[in-house]
This record gives sequence, structure tokens and C-alpha cells, in this order.
Amino acid sequence: MSKLNTLRLAEARDALRKGEVTSVELTEACLEAIDAADALNAFVHKTPEIALERARAADARIRAGDAPSMCGLPIGIKDLFCTRGVPSQAASRILDGFRPEYESTVSQQLADAGAVMLGKLNMDEFAMGSSNETSTYGNAVNPWRRGNDDAQLTPGGSSGGSASAVAADLCLAATGTDTGGSIRQPAAFTGITGIKPTYGRCSRWGIVAFASSLDQAGPMTRDVRDAAIMLQAMCGHDPKDSTSADLPVPDFEAMLTGDINGKVIGIPREYRMEGMPEEIEELWAKGTEMLKDAGAKIVDISLPHTKYALPAYYVIAPAEASSNLARYDGVRYGRRARLAQGDGITEMYEKTRAEGFGPEVQRRVMIGTYVLSAGFYDAYYNRARKVRTLIKKDFEDVFADGVDAILTPATPSAAFGLGKMTDADPVQMYLNDVFTVTVNLAGLPGIAVPAGLDKRGLPLGLQLIGRPWEEGDLLNTAYALEQAAGFVEKPVKWW
Amino acid sequence: MSIDQNTAAKVAKLARIKVEEDALPALASEFNTILGFIEQLGEVDVEGVEPMVSVTPMRLKRRADVVKEGGQQDKVLSNAPDAREGFFAVPKVVE
Repeated sequence: MSKLNTLRLAEARDALRKGEVTSVELTEACLEAIDAADALNAFVHKTPEIALERARAADARIRAGDAPSMCGLPIGIKDLFCTRGVPSQAASRILDGFRPEYESTVSQQLADAGAVMLGKLNMDEFAMGSSNETSTYGNAVNPWRRGNDDAQLTPGGSSGGSASAVAADLCLAATGTDTGGSIRQPAAFTGITGIKPTYGRCSRWGIVAFASSLDQAGPMTRDVRDAAIMLQAMCGHDPKDSTSADLPVPDFEAMLTGDINGKVIGIPREYRMEGMPEEIEELWAKGTEMLKDAGAKIVDISLPHTKYALPAYYVIAPAEASSNLARYDGVRYGRRARLAQGDGITEMYEKTRAEGFGPEVQRRVMIGTYVLSAGFYDAYYNRARKVRTLIKKDFEDVFADGVDAILTPATPSAAFGLGKMTDADPVQMYLNDVFTVTVNLAGLPGIAVPAGLDKRGLPLGLQLIGRPWEEGDLLNTAYALEQAAGFVEKPVKWW
Repeated sequence: MSIDQNTAAKVAKLARIKVEEDALPALASEFNTILGFIEQLGEVDVEGVEPMVSVTPMRLKRRADVVKEGGQQDKVLSNAPDAREGFFAVPKVVE
């Protein structure tokens, strides 16, 4: 058997059930890999005691013949998920020392499914960023490098720690969250698979809120089968989240037949961006060919409002963030600034939020405050919500015309260097999400699948977008693409 | 629409984030870059379009208006930076 920490979820699950390996052995292999990978700064709170305790419990359940779907499988949890008694601070200084008294629904469901939590993973502060450079813990680092060049690259963001950890074999899989591309972009940058399900599939309860109408949790895994297994465990109705969908969850793994004969795949012409690297264009064309060879019917489609998705997002997401982040006031949890003689409650709020929030979070909270302020609400916020209606309608129209899924690049480039965007204006960084953000605005499921390497040896991903609630069908199309692409490359270990 | 330093200061105040005087010009300039990007939305014809309220058409679930989990005062207060006698404590708010 290959090294235990490099196994896929499905492989480890099957080996556990055959008694070829124990959860304690798997968990110890991951803990060892984590301790040797501090250079990646992926795991920011390690929980070896919890992990080993859960692993022993999982082994007992397996021996008793009572193993739920993810029994004994070691995973990492993004720091955005509240985990009982374990630091959960959304990579923000303002939540320094916060140890929730409760567990998020998704991480609870994973625990109930027998998964073993190894620790908490790095991310952009409050999930605001595309490079994991806004974290209070410092940058997470991509295990991939450009050939022999030792320049450190971003694993993407905001789920950068999750991506780095899965790609570097520190855990078998990890949770991520995606508000504008935060699962799919880092997955593409690190050569792994990441799916954002339909809005409402996964409960948002206990996940630190960024933009509530866009946020969704999802799995980040080594392949599509693993994504199906883990998504299954994560989703389902939760009375504690009023936007959680009360719909049956199909058996996603059983739907992976690889047969996409007769499926209609749309290629949106608006995603052909000016200045897009040739390699991305070629990969997209190659992906289209692969799906065609697998029996799909390829059609050109138009999503006319694509261009306005990012500007609409940068009104709606900051607006919701300014409201959600109002709760960090130095009163109920987290950090309170040191006050001067005579400071009142307003000074306490202002100082606490100034030293607790990093620059990008402050920027977005203030932009959100501005677009919601009297006199601008209609011009910005209401207009953006109308544009959002039109963006969703673009997708509804092509689905009504019989399109089953849409193929696009996942990102406009391969992973870039850490620090490379420091001097760029904020909008340049926002462009990373140009292909992914439409999917959040329309509430659709989207998956990034690794499909090839660029000339410098960095992974590139393709994105498939599916119909609402049809994650099973989407995963199956992704499975066919994965089989055709045959991506097996791994980063060369340097850390 | 261009944001000047006074507007930037006003927004910071509304957001309850302390911004030092000398940081205001840079902040105003960043706002203008982002708002310039957002301005593109003005090109879209939104006549007669409903602003989106919920991305998935759904009727919010109702539940009985009763206490489900109560009596957890110490848990509620356990993360407070300053808690005294069963309350959150803050600087004096009434003169």
C-alpha cells in the first residue's frame, strides 16, 4: 500500500473495512506529515489529541461492524468552521482566543459520519481574498513550484490552507467554503478537486458568515469520487439554517458511472477573456474535446451578463459582509482593544475593529457600508441585486434550452507568486474570481477538476457548472472529464 | 461618483473603524478604484427587473416560537473579553 497519508478517501475507506489498516495508523501518518510541513503553514491549529481519540473510536466502530460513510478518515477543517473547544477564528485577529461552545452543522455531520479532525486550516481573513495573504496566521504556501524555481507560490484563496494540505498529502481531504470561488480557485491552483454545491445544500450554521446569500461549504479532495463521498456527508437539511434546503440527498457516489453519452455541454463565449493565457485557452479546448469524445454534445452558448458578475459581486458581498461583521464589537467574543482613560463604548468599537480587522476586511466592510448608506442604496445595492437576477436568468435560459452542464476554465492563470500582487490595486486581485463568481451569484453547483500542467509545471483546472440540485449529475460529468484528463501529477516534495 | 477624504472619514465612522487622519487619502483613493469598477453596473438595462431576494425560490420554514436551548449563561459568556456577575461588561455608556 502507498504511504497512508497519500491515500484517497475511497481507498482508505476500503482498506479500513478490509482490516488492512487502522484509523489510528492513517491518523498518525497524517499527523507526522503535518508536523513535517510547517513550511506550508496550512494547519494553523493542530488537534492531535482529538484526532487520535476519534481515530480510536472509529477503529472500535469498524471492528463492531458499525462504520458510517467516512469512518476513520482523517481530514482537515477550514478555520471558518466553528469547532467546539478548538480555536475557530476565521484567520482574523479579532477572533483571537475564541473557542466556540458549539460545533458547526457541517463539521458535526462529518464527525457523525466518523471522520477524524486533524486540525484547523489556514485561509484568508473572513474568507476575503484569493491568495491566502490576508490571514492573521501568515501566508499558506502552495506545495507546487515552477520547476526548479524556489519562489513561493500562493495556493489560492480563500481556502488556501485546505488546498495546500490536500495537495501536499497532509490530510486525505478538507472542508472549504466558497463565496466567490474560494473552493474552486485554490483547488485549481493546487491540482485537486473542489466542489461548491447548490446554495442551500450544506447548512451554513456555525460557519463564520461572510456574505450569507453566497456562502456555501464544500469538500476539497484528491479526486471526484472522494468529492462525492465527502459532499454526501456534508449536505442535508438543517433546521438551524433557514436557507438550508429540505430536499433528499441522492447517493452521489453511486451516480458516478462515467457515462455522459448524449449530455449537452455548453461552452459560454463570454468566458473567452481578453488577455487570457494561451495555455488556459488550449486546456479549455482540450477539455471540450475530451467531453465530446466521451459522447457529449457540445454547444456554443451565451451568458450575456457575465461581464457584470464581478462588479455586482463587489457590491453584494461587501454589503452583506458589512452587516455580518457588525457583530465583532469587542463585547461578546474575541479581542477587545486596550482602551485609554475616558474612552467610551464608541471608541471601544472603533479601536477594536481597527486593530482586529486586517486591511482587506476593513476595505470591504467600508465599501459595504458605503453602498448601503442612505442615498446610495438604490444606485449600488439595488442595482447590483437586479443585475444578479439577470445573471441567474442567463443560466436559466441555457438550462431551459437543454444544456446539462457548462465547461469553463477554473481560473484566468496558474498559481502566482506570493507577494506578487502586493502593489496591484484591489481590483486586480478580484479578477481571479472572474470565472467562478457567476456561479455563486446564480446559486449553482460548480466543480473544479485538475486537467493539466502549464509549461512551468503548474496545475491548471477546468470548471463544470451544473443545474441547481443536480450535483450528482455534475459530479458524474466531472468524473468523465477526470478520467479523460488522467491528471496524476503530484508536487515534488521540498518542504 | 468620486469619494473625497470627508466621505471616507464618514464611512469609516459609520463602519465603526478608527482610521487615522493621515490614512484617509489612501483610503479614499482605494474606494474610488473599487467604485470605478462597480460603476460598470450602470451600463446594464435593469428596467423592470426585480432585485434578487433569494437565489433559490424557497419559502422560509417556520418554527414554534418557544425556547429550545436556554439556561446556558456561562457558555454564552465564556468567550467575553469582560464578563461580570453574569453580564457582558462594557465601558460606561450613560453619563
